[in-house]
Amino acid sequence: MDTRNIMIVGVGGQGSLLASKILGYLILNEGFDVKVSEVHGMSQRGGSVVTYVRYGDRVYSPLVDEGEADVIVSFELLEAARWMKYLKSGGQIVTNTQQIDPMPVVMGVEEYPENLVEKMRDKGAKVDALDCLKLAEEAGNIKAVNIVLLGRLSHYFDFSKDAWMKALEANVPAKLLDINKRAFDLGFKAGGK
Amino acid sequence: MKQLMLGNKAVARGLYEAGVCFASSYPGTPSTEVTEELAKYDDIYSEWAPNEKVAMEAAFGASLAGRRSFCGMKHVGLNVAADPLYTMSYTGVNAGMVIVVADDAGMHSSQNEQDSRHHAIASKVPMLEPSDSQEAYEFAKLAFELSEEFDTPVLLKMCTRVAHSQSVVESGERVLPEKKPYEKNIQKYVMAPANAIRKHPVVEERTKKLIEYGCTKNVNRVEMGGTETGIICDSTSYQYVKEVCGDSVSILKIGLVNPLPDGLIKEFASKVEKLIVVEELDPVIEDHCKALGLKVSGKDILPITGEFSRNIVAKALGIEEHKGTALDEKLPVRPPAMCSGCPHRGLFYTLKKNNCTVLGDIGCYTLGSAAPLSAVDTTLCMGASLSAVHGFNKMGGKETEHSTVAVIGDSTFMHSGMTGLANIAYNQSNSVSIILDNSITGMTGHQQNPLTGYNIKGDPAGKIDLEALCRAMGFNRVRVVDPYDLKECDRVLKEELAAEEPSVIISRRPCVLLKYVKKNPPLKVDRDKCVGCKSCMKIGCPSISLKDGKAHIDATLCVGCGVCEQMCAVNAFSAT
Repeated sequence: MDTRNIMIVGVGGQGSLLASKILGYLILNEGFDVKVSEVHGMSQRGGSVVTYVRYGDRVYSPLVDEGEADVIVSFELLEAARWMKYLKSGGQIVTNTQQIDPMPVVMGVEEYPENLVEKMRDKGAKVDALDCLKLAEEAGNIKAVNIVLLGRLSHYFDFSKDAWMKALEANVPAKLLDINKRAFDLGFKAGGK
Repeated sequence: MKQLMLGNKAVARGLYEAGVCFASSYPGTPSTEVTEELAKYDDIYSEWAPNEKVAMEAAFGASLAGRRSFCGMKHVGLNVAADPLYTMSYTGVNAGMVIVVADDAGMHSSQNEQDSRHHAIASKVPMLEPSDSQEAYEFAKLAFELSEEFDTPVLLKMCTRVAHSQSVVESGERVLPEKKPYEKNIQKYVMAPANAIRKHPVVEERTKKLIEYGCTKNVNRVEMGGTETGIICDSTSYQYVKEVCGDSVSILKIGLVNPLPDGLIKEFASKVEKLIVVEELDPVIEDHCKALGLKVSGKDILPITGEFSRNIVAKALGIEEHKGTALDEKLPVRPPAMCSGCPHRGLFYTLKKNNCTVLGDIGCYTLGSAAPLSAVDTTLCMGASLSAVHGFNKMGGKETEHSTVAVIGDSTFMHSGMTGLANIAYNQSNSVSIILDNSITGMTGHQQNPLTGYNIKGDPAGKIDLEALCRAMGFNRVRVVDPYDLKECDRVLKEELAAEEPSVIISRRPCVLLKYVKKNPPLKVDRDKCVGCKSCMKIGCPSISLKDGKAHIDATLCVGCGVCEQMCAVNAFSAT
């Protein structure tokens, strides 16, 4: 198969590294070649962060470039909009509707943009938006936003629910597994594609 | 077993299987995880050293004692360790020694974009460059073989995209070589002039043999794909070339980047009509090709700055770039910021309030330069704050010494701040030196250091008494403040700025991200009390924003540090 490109974007500290770890593990188990490229260090301190996941028969570049992403998964609404130009024509955005003010907004110098979901749709992007924070709270831990989003994301892959659960079990600490399984289910069931 | 592995973890696996017994490093993005992964193996001695020079010399000692040794660092760390490196090139090793250096093209987490390949060339030390995790694993093992076969330390060069990308690795088992007995050999190990003069020609001979090695072994490999275009590339550039061109061009993939394989390059060039070098940062391979008299294209079509990508390489080769669609409006940027509850915030606010000139250093606190605090005037390299404040005040005199401070983190102070502080104590500039002691090496992701009292495995270790150290250096004025207490910070800062002798302020509170640090419940704002004056927003806390004219706290971020509360004149903040 042709290489499929996924981007996981968000704000440093939101748990995108765990999400990419689970996804990478799953894809490898499904028998594909896979590369996952992460951001560590300074950018992690509340900055805009991106993780690239590429898989297929043989993957070379570890990066996804502009106009190449099949799916952009975003932990935060503004970040979905920021990285949208990386989406390929007809590509899918799956985004948390949570808004985290960046420093220029915190300082009152700029406004948080309004109606971003509509604006992205106007530009031709398919957008699946849901309030993951609320669902994470419902699952029992607001930190499980990343797993809620994975549950949602699973609709855009041909992998079985069972395979997703195995990946979750292998990468989440045992004592947090129940909460994370609940979070995944809530994300999974939150409406159709 | 096939596993998805971070490049740095793959290096660690390779080193482990090759029988490494000793690892000493100083953390630095993007190199840190190699040592962190090695520390997970119980049959390897591992440690965080105070700096890269100490780490490399310690690894030298371990090699001398007969065990395979390793040290790791980021590109700028190799500058610190350059002194031992250049002479270890002459002494060579006993058991094998591998040095991992990780470059940061694109400067994701660095102060410059230097190309470590220059250090390899200048020190005449062989350098291997992997292009993915599998190769990182294999080259780590190969590096030890080369080290012992050619009697030299070997550099293994990573870059951010290899170090921090996960790809599939098939790993094996550990093989522990016999311990090599240490034998006294003054001609080999004492680099006094008489011995070094005899050693230099040996190094040159070694380089010739390594060139021959690179021409005949598959560390450098040719993938023929027609005679029209030939591309020479190394590291991740190989991946981008394959992504863009597939098998439609011929490729000479360089794995041993120093010394370069002259014969192989010439032979490859003779088989193709057009020769292009695709390499990130400086034209190292390209210039070498030109010195061999070859007509070659490279930096005339490719950037010399930043990371490459599929599109950048495609554009250079005249192939269509992929394009996407952006929103029409300009979106607010999201730069990294000090975390909610970061202990540095209160101190930096105090410095800003007192209009201080702040000579800064390397660490999370570099973020103190960002708006709205904008409290840092300079950032150069590890330790430079303390050395520079001395020079600044020596020339500034009364005009600067009562309004200027140096700020340096605890780990950075141990790394290379002590000598700068010694200079202040010795040559007596009237300087205020502030040590931001958050009890951890923060920016690189929480590594222990000689001031924390714990070792790399988290076990109790030696602990240097910072106050006693400063006093022993000759400072009469050593003050300790809690940066969450704004009034106290302000009072102490004013006193020390006014003093007529050098002083040290230790701003002490553990990093809020440390697991053992107890977080308070988030604060909340009483909207009836809040007058919307924005005083609380002067500290630049990501948890606080303005909603409908009143302060609002994001309960998912706030850790209840209470600094904002101290900014509020109408007591609008309270615990939830």
